[in-house]
Amino acid sequence: MTRAIAYPSSSRSEGRLLTLVLGLAILVTLAPVARLFHEGLTAGGGLNPGFLAEVLAKPATRSALWHSLVTAGLGTLISVLIGGVFAFLVALTDLRRKAALVFCLMIPMMIPPQITALSWTQVMGPSSVFLKTLGLAPPLGAPQPLYSPGGIILLLGIQHTSIIFLTLRAGLRAIPQDAVEAARISGARGLRIWWQVVLPLTLPSLLGGIAITFVTALGNFGIPAMLGIPAGYATLPTLIYQRLAGLGTAVLAEVAVLAMLIGAVAIAGILLQRFFHRRQRLHLTGAGGRALMIPLGRARLPVEIALWLMIAAILVLPMAGLLATSLVPAYGVPLRLDTLSLDGWHEALFRQPATRRAFVNSFLLSAGAAALLMALCLPLAWLMERHKTRAGQLFDSLLDLPYALPGVVLAIAMILLLINLPFTEATLYGTIWIIFLAYLARFLAVMFRPVQSSLRQLDPAMDEAARAVGAPLWRRLRDIILPLSAPAAAAGAILVFLTAFNELTVSALLWSSGTETLGVVIFNLDDSGETVMASAVAMTIVLVVMFLMAVIQLTSRHLPKGVVPWQS
Amino acid sequence: MAELTLTGLAKHFGKTAALQSVSTTVENGEFLALLGPSGCGKSTLLRLLAGFEQPSEGSIHIGAQEVANAATGRHAAPEDRNIGFVFQSYALWPHMTVRRNVGYPLEIRKLPRAEREARIDAALAATALQPYADRMPSDLSGGQRQRVALARCLVSDPTAVLLDEPLANLDVALRASMQEVFCDFHQRTGATMVYVTHDQAEAMAMADRIAVMNEGRIVQLDTPEALYARPRSRFVAEFIGDGTVVPLSGPQHSGTSCEASLLGTRLPVKTDSPSPTLACLRPENLAIAETGDIRAQVARATYLGGRYRLDLVATTGDALVAQSLTRYAPGSQIGLTLTPPWAFAAA
Repeated sequence: MTRAIAYPSSSRSEGRLLTLVLGLAILVTLAPVARLFHEGLTAGGGLNPGFLAEVLAKPATRSALWHSLVTAGLGTLISVLIGGVFAFLVALTDLRRKAALVFCLMIPMMIPPQITALSWTQVMGPSSVFLKTLGLAPPLGAPQPLYSPGGIILLLGIQHTSIIFLTLRAGLRAIPQDAVEAARISGARGLRIWWQVVLPLTLPSLLGGIAITFVTALGNFGIPAMLGIPAGYATLPTLIYQRLAGLGTAVLAEVAVLAMLIGAVAIAGILLQRFFHRRQRLHLTGAGGRALMIPLGRARLPVEIALWLMIAAILVLPMAGLLATSLVPAYGVPLRLDTLSLDGWHEALFRQPATRRAFVNSFLLSAGAAALLMALCLPLAWLMERHKTRAGQLFDSLLDLPYALPGVVLAIAMILLLINLPFTEATLYGTIWIIFLAYLARFLAVMFRPVQSSLRQLDPAMDEAARAVGAPLWRRLRDIILPLSAPAAAAGAILVFLTAFNELTVSALLWSSGTETLGVVIFNLDDSGETVMASAVAMTIVLVVMFLMAVIQLTSRHLPKGVVPWQS
Repeated sequence: MAELTLTGLAKHFGKTAALQSVSTTVENGEFLALLGPSGCGKSTLLRLLAGFEQPSEGSIHIGAQEVANAATGRHAAPEDRNIGFVFQSYALWPHMTVRRNVGYPLEIRKLPRAEREARIDAALAATALQPYADRMPSDLSGGQRQRVALARCLVSDPTAVLLDEPLANLDVALRASMQEVFCDFHQRTGATMVYVTHDQAEAMAMADRIAVMNEGRIVQLDTPEALYARPRSRFVAEFIGDGTVVPLSGPQHSGTSCEASLLGTRLPVKTDSPSPTLACLRPENLAIAETGDIRAQVARATYLGGRYRLDLVATTGDALVAQSLTRYAPGSQIGLTLTPPWAFAAA
């Protein structure tokens, strides 16, 4: 008889510790969301559906909602096209250098969207240093083609390609070779296999990937802010930002309703994704065979060249544009050997006090969040795995919410929760602590999931063996659980650091003078026309990101499966 | 060392009862096997003994100490029971060397270093593991890992050793040699051992007594010989050993002997029941004889190496199993004579 489930085992000290850390985690992650929904429903005192309807009926709301749906929807379509092609080819064929290809495809996801937007505007439009250097720039006064819905859609599509790629590849890899071999033995050939075997088996993961991509695109702030605001094209996140930036906390109730609107769409997307995820598990139980491997034959080299050209177009080209802009003395000057200048880098990195502050702030915030979340998530994930309490299961299904909700929504929630600390006159709004708490809420899932997946793979007998020889709770945590999940916890911590270090959406609404983050600095520099300096800071961040990703990549051999998000 | 006493033990997972009203005693120093098909509750029983689960009803005593009682809510944690547990997956800690794995229980008990080292060395010697002391578990073969697991539970002198299908992941040859290791271990330490398995050959080879379990109950607890020769239910008769169960009628006792009608004829049977209703026919009860008064048709002949197993259908329609040194073609008619089979009342 085998044990399919980890039987709950009880011990009072474990139960008490679970209650403690679970309570803490719920307070950190779910309290802001609960506060937001409370505000949205009771805006203007009492349960007030009239106010809700009033905000929703405004033309600005309606057009922003429509813009959000259009850009997120069409952007997702682009992600599906690019990510789908890559996923099928990488997962199912005998391409060479797959690891390098996947690594490069992951970089756009890890580069913050405002930098993506900035770098793309540097390869297009009349002031593009890149185009001027090549002598291809359109005449001055010509419009920047990216300041348009089309530009937003294109960049959203590129930004989120890797989400589709990762989910679809995981689904494709789960198809055992014998499923296809059985079809061929039964006489199915060519496209029929694809149509009747491969596609139906991957459909749940594809649909799940689409749902989560759509939600992510919907919440994206950096791209519509950098491209849409100059064009007067508002999506829900930028509308919220503009309302709050323009009118201050007086419009909190109104933006709370807007935040709820976008939150509702996001939750619908998450539920859809969950549904497909469950469907998929139903399909492929016990798929233990070898994964499919289709030889490409003579088409291999052309396919490889095409894929690498694609990488060049979505990664190398914008980065080259960004680099070129960061190296000229003034925006608009073409880059030549005699105009090459590091002034922008020097000014931005060493002179501007705001940049220096932002580096310190972002570093402390993300390192602090990573360390604290690691300390919280390790015991939490382990105890939740061992004790299937109802509260734990509920938390497990809700803890992605602050990460999946658009950053502006979470920011509004944090403001509502912390603008007046309960029972005091004190406020955290305007201090760095509100950003820190927001990071804890937002990135708990990023830390928790890798740790959880590594602990799930841990044989429960590891712990039971230690119990049987008499080890008390804290000894087991220290001697068994911590060492065995340390690699996953470290990877999770690096991921938290990486995402928090670059983050703009949350801090865009929470920063004040002195508490800027790097994302805010780039956004503000670009907003005030200091494109060269913005590019220099952005380039620095891209280098940091790629360095950290390389560190994870190089240590991934020592990590359990499923911990590094871009490897399966 | 201590005896284990279970009283009215039951365990429910949600609405399903994994274990129902189990009362039994494992004697001090006894090697007891829990044998049964998948899902019969044998692993649940073992995990209740270890303390990984709490009983829904009933109580457990280790020696004189009550370690679990569903009525009073008393539950001693596994770490406070001083039992040894050998897992099917070995459960060696992959980040510790063999020596540290074996020595960890002593580390917990804060033994002085010198004594600790001495006891680790003794345990490693007893399992022939000295050459591997500084290896990591991942560098060991399956049999070596199982020996490390055994050494780890041996080192702290547990009051009882619980083994959860410890040989299920090993190949056939290794199983036989590990059986010897377990038997030696039992003889040398005299430890009370409870051994879960679904393999009856394993249970028969090692155990002093076997508890056959089905659907959450112990259906019979006896020595291996008694289980084979005197099953008390259709389930045990069919689960243990080869053979078939056929109905009998009209039992007539005269003195110590008994006669009953089965397979269409009157035959002497062995029984201790006043009114047996079933007979267990082992292959050794049946002899093929052309003059035999029981006629049967061969349904299938399976070569077992040196002999054939014959699946037969008697004229009464009952299925029988016999052994023969020669092959019979399916469909051939043969005659059988019977030595007195074991008869019992249907439970």
